[in-house]
Amino acid sequence: MTAAISVSGLVKTFGPTRALDGLELTVRQGEVHGFLGPNGSGKSTTIRVLLGLLRADAGSASLLGGDPWRDTAELHRRLAYVPGDVSLWPNLTGGEVIDLLGRLRGGLNEKRRAELLERFELDPRKKGRTYSKGNRQKVALVAALASDVELLILDEPTSGLDPLMEAVFQEAVNELRGERTVLLSSHILAEVEALCDRVSIIRNGRTVETGTLADLRHLTRTSVSAELVGAPNGLADLPGVHDLRVEGLRVRFEVDTDHLDTALRALVGSGVRTLTSQPPTLEELFLRHYEDELPAGEVKGAMSS
Amino acid sequence: MTGLGSLVRLALRRDRLLLAVWIVGMVGITLSTASTVGELYGTAESRQQLGATAGSNPAFLAMLGPLHDASTTGGVLAWRWGVFGALLVGLMSMFLVTRHTRAEEETGRLELIGSAVVSRHAPLAAGVVVAVLASTVIGLLVGLGLAGLGQSSAGAFAFGLAFASVGWVFAGVGAVSAQLSESARTANSISGGVLGVAYLLRAVGDAAGDQGPTWLTWLSPLGWLEHTRAFAGDRYWVLLLPVALFAVLLVVASTLVTKRDIGGGLVPTRLGPARAPGSLTSAFGLAWRLQRGMLIGWTISLFVLGAVYGSVARGVEEMLEANPALEKIISQMGGTGAIVDVYLASIIGIIALFSAIYVVQSTLRLRAEETEFRAEPVLATPVSRFAWVGSHLLFATAGTAVVLAAAGVGAGLVHGARVGDVGGQVVRLAGAALTHVPAVWVVAGIALVLFALVPKLSSASWAVIVVFLVLGQLGPLLQLDQWAMDLSPFTHIPKVPGADVTAGPLLWLTAIAAALVAVGFAGFRRRDVG
Repeated sequence: MTAAISVSGLVKTFGPTRALDGLELTVRQGEVHGFLGPNGSGKSTTIRVLLGLLRADAGSASLLGGDPWRDTAELHRRLAYVPGDVSLWPNLTGGEVIDLLGRLRGGLNEKRRAELLERFELDPRKKGRTYSKGNRQKVALVAALASDVELLILDEPTSGLDPLMEAVFQEAVNELRGERTVLLSSHILAEVEALCDRVSIIRNGRTVETGTLADLRHLTRTSVSAELVGAPNGLADLPGVHDLRVEGLRVRFEVDTDHLDTALRALVGSGVRTLTSQPPTLEELFLRHYEDELPAGEVKGAMSS
Repeated sequence: MTGLGSLVRLALRRDRLLLAVWIVGMVGITLSTASTVGELYGTAESRQQLGATAGSNPAFLAMLGPLHDASTTGGVLAWRWGVFGALLVGLMSMFLVTRHTRAEEETGRLELIGSAVVSRHAPLAAGVVVAVLASTVIGLLVGLGLAGLGQSSAGAFAFGLAFASVGWVFAGVGAVSAQLSESARTANSISGGVLGVAYLLRAVGDAAGDQGPTWLTWLSPLGWLEHTRAFAGDRYWVLLLPVALFAVLLVVASTLVTKRDIGGGLVPTRLGPARAPGSLTSAFGLAWRLQRGMLIGWTISLFVLGAVYGSVARGVEEMLEANPALEKIISQMGGTGAIVDVYLASIIGIIALFSAIYVVQSTLRLRAEETEFRAEPVLATPVSRFAWVGSHLLFATAGTAVVLAAAGVGAGLVHGARVGDVGGQVVRLAGAALTHVPAVWVVAGIALVLFALVPKLSSASWAVIVVFLVLGQLGPLLQLDQWAMDLSPFTHIPKVPGADVTAGPLLWLTAIAAALVAVGFAGFRRRDVG
């Protein structure tokens, strides 16, 4: 499969701040790719480089086979973008903005436009300044989702949407699955879990993890608690088992997902009466990446910025 | 009023540079004008001569107001600089109020502050306090400075306070318009319109002559400044009028504040079309939609200004032919030749500077679109940077020709009707106004280069206009060296009508403008957006 987006060693500095510091990102054709990271980690900067709005200081970026800085207009014919904080012209109605952005991209799918307006319950006759944050977001979403383009670049597109509209958004993206490539930056883990084929997690302008959700789950621990028939045997010595607590015949422990199999065999050896195992939640997965202590050098850099 | 103190301190902190520039600039220009007036009309005789001529001439009356008493330098200064200086103080004041009220509200920052422990009226009051403070400081420093230059203290402070009073009134006007509209831009347009009407009321009233509606000047805050008669009777009681109006406007504004929601205006926004019209299909269509209101407003305003100035041109001829002394003064302001043409050339020169304000406003729309994050979604479509900048710049440059032609046509229609040659004068004066287009384009080019290369300093374009005003319009009065005056593109425009038009300067000014635009385009292509 060819890559719709391929970024390597990307560096972008703003004065003393190093916003991107050797970022890597590959989005395959046709996939929905989650783009995660704490606030200020460089997600929007990456997206702006991909849109040709910012010029990278080093590294390479390729978008739909072209150079995002050089082939800007040509590439923009094939993509639609939803910014994280949509700002509308105060005097233009939502409907006018949707039409304008659609026409600038070379035309809208009229049927989808009407259908999306209805599903998002958006009144296109209101002036830009009278929309709430969520409704401004919907205007940009309808304009993007109703465009016949190959690639959607969505920067936290559902911030400000209520849960019902969040569901409408997920439905709409799911309908486009396979036809469009989607780069979705998001903080909403349920959304990422429901939509994304693969995810990349970045921190301080660097990619720290990339892969399918299943791949990433392997990097975390499953918590297991069991009531055994006989005394637990040798569990403490198994690799990958942590925080083991034994109370008579009850055991609780955490195990690296890679070693789950061995641990379970050990339990079965003692005879299992009841067993609950909790797969790692996405929250744990992300918090682990988000919360990691900053290496000493970066703390200094972050404070001087 | 809870929170007022903190909000005023916040505003002063944010505006420390802006306020310093306004205050030092206004006081500096006023005092340096005073000292050159003192040198230029050093003898009582020369001042008497000036008073006999300029004080009774309708053209000067329309532009600058009456010269009440030419026996002192202060009296001449009050006439020469009073109305224009006060216009600037009024502008400063209304901009300051909008900046700290409606603009804050529009960006949503006021909501953050409104949720803290501040009373409902505090943000408005803070904006007004800052504007009143700035105007009053300017007024007092001007008073002190003039007294220090040896003028009578009573006159100096009457003049300074009259200056300040225009600032107070327009702080009130700004406070009311900030309540009426949902956008800062519209609020400034409303206040600017009021300022324009105030200028026109006094222009018509002053030029009307004894039989005409001279009472109109009593309806204008700028007229009150004249009626204060600084250095010519010092009628301090007239200042009660602006104070009273300021109080009324404050009551109106603070009543309106309680009648509306945060973020809303008084007039509820109506629903608009659900579909975009066919014209809204390209970057050009969007630029037209965003620029047309401003262009139409400027076209009408300059047409009216041209008509008002044009209406007194014939009077100049009749009343001045016998006064060679005045011809000297007028020629310092703009040109040589038949006296009516000299007058027309000098008013067209002033109108050209107004059109430079339009061109900067129009060009800086690009920067506003960028900082308000509305450029990003457009530039993420196939619209190239060239097309985006070009479509706005097209309105700035072509619009310059439109607003200048409107001013020329306005002057030509009225002047033509009075001399019985409408067709001829319209063509002649529109042509004369259009001659200034290349100089205004240079200003557009400078604004574009600033936007493209040092976007954070885009607003320095406004300073460029002030510099050109000082070099070009006040240069002869301030007795600047020729090379300094030559720095202003307006200096090189032939003083038409009257002077011979040579293509040379027009062509190389156009070439300079084109080169600046090219640098602007190239620079913007290379820089980061946002």
